Amino acid sequence: MHQNWQPTASLQNIKIRARILQAIRAFFAERNVLEVETPVISNAAVTDPQIESFQIESFQVENFQVESFSGQNHSQHHQKDYYLQTSPEFYMKRLLAAGSGDIFQLAKVFRDDENGRYHIPEFSMLEWYRVGFNHHQLMDEMQSLISGLMPEEKKHFQRISYQQAFINELQIDPFDADVHALKQCAQKHNIETPQGMDDGGMDDGGMDDRGMDNDRGMDDDKDIWLDWLMVEKIAAGFAKNSFTFLYDYPASQASLARLDKDDARKANRFELFYGELELANGYYELTDANEQAQRFESDNEIRRQRQQKTMPVDYALLAALQSGLPDCSGVALGIDRLLMLLTGVGHIKEVISFGDEFER
Amino acid sequence: MASYSTNEFRGGLKLILDNDPCSIIENELVKPGKGQAFNRVKLRNLKTGRVLERTFKSGESVEAADVIDVEMEFSYNDGEFWYFMDPVTYEQIAAPDSAMVDSGKWIKAQELCTVTLWNGAPLVVAAPNFVELAVTETDPGLKGDTAQGGTKPATLESGAVVKVPLFIEEGEMLKIDTRSGEYVSRVKA
Repeated sequence: MHQNWQPTASLQNIKIRARILQAIRAFFAERNVLEVETPVISNAAVTDPQIESFQIESFQVENFQVESFSGQNHSQHHQKDYYLQTSPEFYMKRLLAAGSGDIFQLAKVFRDDENGRYHIPEFSMLEWYRVGFNHHQLMDEMQSLISGLMPEEKKHFQRISYQQAFINELQIDPFDADVHALKQCAQKHNIETPQGMDDGGMDDGGMDDRGMDNDRGMDDDKDIWLDWLMVEKIAAGFAKNSFTFLYDYPASQASLARLDKDDARKANRFELFYGELELANGYYELTDANEQAQRFESDNEIRRQRQQKTMPVDYALLAALQSGLPDCSGVALGIDRLLMLLTGVGHIKEVISFGDEFER
Repeated sequence: MASYSTNEFRGGLKLILDNDPCSIIENELVKPGKGQAFNRVKLRNLKTGRVLERTFKSGESVEAADVIDVEMEFSYNDGEFWYFMDPVTYEQIAAPDSAMVDSGKWIKAQELCTVTLWNGAPLVVAAPNFVELAVTETDPGLKGDTAQGGTKPATLESGAVVKVPLFIEEGEMLKIDTRSGEYVSRVKA
C-alpha cells in the first residue's frame, strides 16, 4: 500500500510562514502589545448559529452544578463535554477584563464542517485587542501591519461602509430594505437565487399568529439575503488587487460588536478583504454584559429553530463583562489566507504543513 | 428517497437537478466568516453532457441520483438498439441511439465500454479512450508524400472516418483516441 506522508506545503512556503510569524511578533513587541496564550479546549462554546464547534467527548461522566449569570443553579452537564475553540476571543476578553492591557495571540482555531480552497477545519488565527481604540483606529493599525508584510504591489487599501457599498453596487439601502426589496433587487441585477432560498419562508405577506417567532424568522431571512448579495455582488465588486475594509455592518449581524452610538441600525463591526477574499473580522467590542447574554440566548433560540444543537453559554465571559471590559477594539485575521496571498497558491493546504488531514 | 446534504458534496457525487441526473465536477464553499454559507457547484448534466453552475444555501438537501458506471461488452447493433452484455453475469441491456452519443462509431463486437446506468437504464455509453480498428477503405498512399506530413481520410471497420498519414494502407490496424477522434499510431500485427 502506498501511504502518503509528505507535507502538503512546500518547504519554501513553510519558511515564508515562519518569517511572517516572526514579523507579526516583532510588530506587536515594538508597540508593547503583550503576547498571550489561552486554552484551546473550553467548557463553553461559541453560540453563533453559522459556526460549528468540534465537540470533545470525555470518557468521564460527571454531574455538576453551574451558577448561571442570573444567579440560579443549573445542572449543566451530565457528561463532561468540551469544545475546541473557534476563536480565542472569550478567553482574551477575560484577560482584558482582568487588566491585561493590549494583547495579541497566534492561535490554532477549529471549525467543523468547513472545507474548501479557502477553508480548513483547523487553521491559524492572529487575534489582537487594543484598549481605547475604536474600530477605525484598529483598521489603521491593521493596515500598518499588513503593509509591512506585503510586497510593494499588494499594498493598496480602501475603506467603505457596508451601507455605501450596497448603495454603490446595487442602489439599495441594506438597513431600510426588507426581504422583498432585497429579492427584487437580486432579480433586477440578474443575481441567481441559490437553491433553498426560493421556498415558502420568503413570501412577505406570510404573517402567522406566532408573533415574535415570525419576526425573528423574517430577520433571519433578511440576513441570508444580505449575505448572498454580499458574496455574489458586493465582495465580487471589490477592486481585484487591493485590500478593502468594509465597516459598520447591519445590527442584525453585530455578533460581538457594539451598536453604533448614533445609529442603532448598524454595528461597529468591520471586515477586511483582498479582492473578494475575506481575511479578517473585527469589532469595536460590546462591553454590555446584559446585551451579550441576550445575544447568546438569541443565537441559541435560532439554533433551536433550525434544529441545530444549542451551545453552552460562556458564563465566565459574561461575568467578566459584568465586572468590566475596558473600552477596546479587537480583530481576528486568518493567517493561512494571508499566506495564500503572499505565496500565490490556489489552495489553503499548500501553506499548511499537513493540510490534507480532513480530505475525504 | 435518498438525498445528500451540501456538506456531503464532493467531486463525482451524483444528484438530480431539474429532473436530470448530474455529477458534481467542483464544489466551492463560500462562507462569510459570520454569515450564511453557500455552496457554488459546477456540475455535468449526465444526459446532455452540458456543464452547469448552481449555488445552494448550505445545509440544503438534494435528491441523490441512482447512477452507476458498469463495464459491459458490446454485442451488436440491430439498427434500433445497441446491445451490451455484462461479462460476469451475462446480463444483457439495450441502449438507445441517444445514449450512444459519439461512441457508436468507435466500437466493434466485444469492445469493453463504460455504460452509465440511471435507475438501472442505460443513460450514456462511453467507448474506451483508445480503440484498435482496421482500415477498410483508403486511397493508396504516395511514397514521395511522406515528408510533407500530409493526411488523407480512411474508413475504419466500425464505420468511422478518420484522418490518417498518407502511408497508411487498407487492412492495417490503427490506434485511435476516441476523445479527440484522432489517429494515434499503427498497431503492429
